[in-house]
Amino acid sequence: MADKIATRKAYGEALAELGAKYPEMVVMDADLSKSTMTAEFKKVYPERFFNAGIAENNMMGMAAGLALSGKKVFVSTFAMFAAGRAYEVIRNSMGYPHIGVKICATHAGVTVGEDGASHQCIEDLALMRVIPGMVVVNPADAVSTKKLLAQVAETEDPTYVRLGRYSVPVIYGEDADIQLGKGNCVRDGKDCTVIATGIMVNEALLAAEELAKEGVEVRVIDMHTIKPIDREIIIKAAKETGAIVTAEEHSVIGGLGSAVAEVVAQEMPVKMKMVGVQDRFGQSGKPAELMAEYNITAADIVKAVKAL
Amino acid sequence: MSIDKKMLEAKAADVRVDIIKAVHAAASGHPGGSLSAADIITYLYFSEMKVDPKNPQMEGRDRLVLSKGHAAPAVYAALAEKGFFPKEELLKLRHIGAILQGHPDRKNIPGIEMSTGSLGQGFSVAVGMALANKIDGSDSRVFAVLGDGELQEGLIWEAAMSAGHYGLDSIVAFVDWNGLQIDGKNEDVITVTPIDEKFRSFGWDVQSIDGHDFDQIEAAVRHAESNPGKPHVIIAKTVKGKGVSFMEDQAGWHGKAPDDEQAEQAVKELGGEW
Repeated sequence: MADKIATRKAYGEALAELGAKYPEMVVMDADLSKSTMTAEFKKVYPERFFNAGIAENNMMGMAAGLALSGKKVFVSTFAMFAAGRAYEVIRNSMGYPHIGVKICATHAGVTVGEDGASHQCIEDLALMRVIPGMVVVNPADAVSTKKLLAQVAETEDPTYVRLGRYSVPVIYGEDADIQLGKGNCVRDGKDCTVIATGIMVNEALLAAEELAKEGVEVRVIDMHTIKPIDREIIIKAAKETGAIVTAEEHSVIGGLGSAVAEVVAQEMPVKMKMVGVQDRFGQSGKPAELMAEYNITAADIVKAVKAL
Repeated sequence: MSIDKKMLEAKAADVRVDIIKAVHAAASGHPGGSLSAADIITYLYFSEMKVDPKNPQMEGRDRLVLSKGHAAPAVYAALAEKGFFPKEELLKLRHIGAILQGHPDRKNIPGIEMSTGSLGQGFSVAVGMALANKIDGSDSRVFAVLGDGELQEGLIWEAAMSAGHYGLDSIVAFVDWNGLQIDGKNEDVITVTPIDEKFRSFGWDVQSIDGHDFDQIEAAVRHAESNPGKPHVIIAKTVKGKGVSFMEDQAGWHGKAPDDEQAEQAVKELGGEW
């Protein structure tokens, strides 16, 4: 059994490492530093950590101002209050002026668990990817979180990184080659492709394992970068496997499924199924229970592949 | 150092003429709030701020963030007058393909520090810039120009609270208090007063002045400079539409362009050539 680590935990460790590399780096949080793990940065660099208090809109505005004054800025809060509450500040004060703040939002999706629907953001990928020039990243595990964050830190683009609360298996070895903007084929197959993002990559791998027992060879792609999306890998999968299932811990409206469908429909139409939250709000429960309730498990991916 | 009032009055008149000409050429825009802020903006660009039109990104410069972004014509006129871009651009305001967008756009306009227009946000960004100054121990200053109606945005008070908390004394905010907003008088829409007590309670150093008196504007900035430790706000009482008889104190001129005849009259009243 692989180790289980929440991507937010990897984020905290990555911040402390990046802080050494970039003396101009500052981190802001909105009173959630112990949950988002920015407290790990604060421990090492207290003079470069600033709490905005429970004022997410102002945190985004101040982050833009810091970045315009030469700082490399990471800001964190829960996905609901970053992409949701502060949407228009991000759109007008980071997106439109193209300011390279890195918004690292934790507690995304229904696996937030017991806190319930008010805190389970299932719309953030849709909200962020519609902003022109915004880069959107959703890592699958702890290793890829660190590798992607190191690359995100290098860019000048405004970037949204979606992270989870829930501990998920580590998929990648430390030597894995993970490139921002490039989908990663984590299992090859010829019968169908599952394109997954975030914690659903592990579910997709489990589904592929199940299907292999029945002689169905599934290709699995980790689409950690939702935007700009890797069009080539999608078109190639459509051509070579003839069918695509997408899997995301997010609404099927506007997220990864939509992003993939936009490419497939225009470039290489093949049949698709989308595994994700079907136009519903979340609710309280344990993460595993919620994944079952919202039909975002390996079993649901198996079902979707068979239905194609 | 005393200010050159004659020069400032002449520059302010030029800025006002350019505001009218630009908004007229655009056939849309916001003359009222541009004219009310014109003296503050003229003072900052021509008598106060360390900026270089030949090097808009100059290290250590002072920055102006126009949080009431709809007053863009006033800043555009001042920037053109300073030589940041050719004055001909003013007549292309709001036209397709022009650099001068309806609201400030930092990506394409030399001298514009931040894209603004969605109210409240520029102030928050300016506070972030002031925090950067503090981190760096920089003596750069950040000037923010706010509208009075804009104070109704909750974000203003989130930003004010942060600036007070962190003691960001490199920010000097002007409130262009002309008393009017789109739907009428502030007090008939949503009361914003007392502005001074609000800012004071958020930890700010507060001054109240006549926003059309250059001596008072200058004295207020000097006071801010000599009182470190707190962020500074200068509540500047102004007249919306200042300088154009038929626009003064009229909410209707918040977001409406003058027609040919009105523009000609306005320019002549301001001592300009039509």
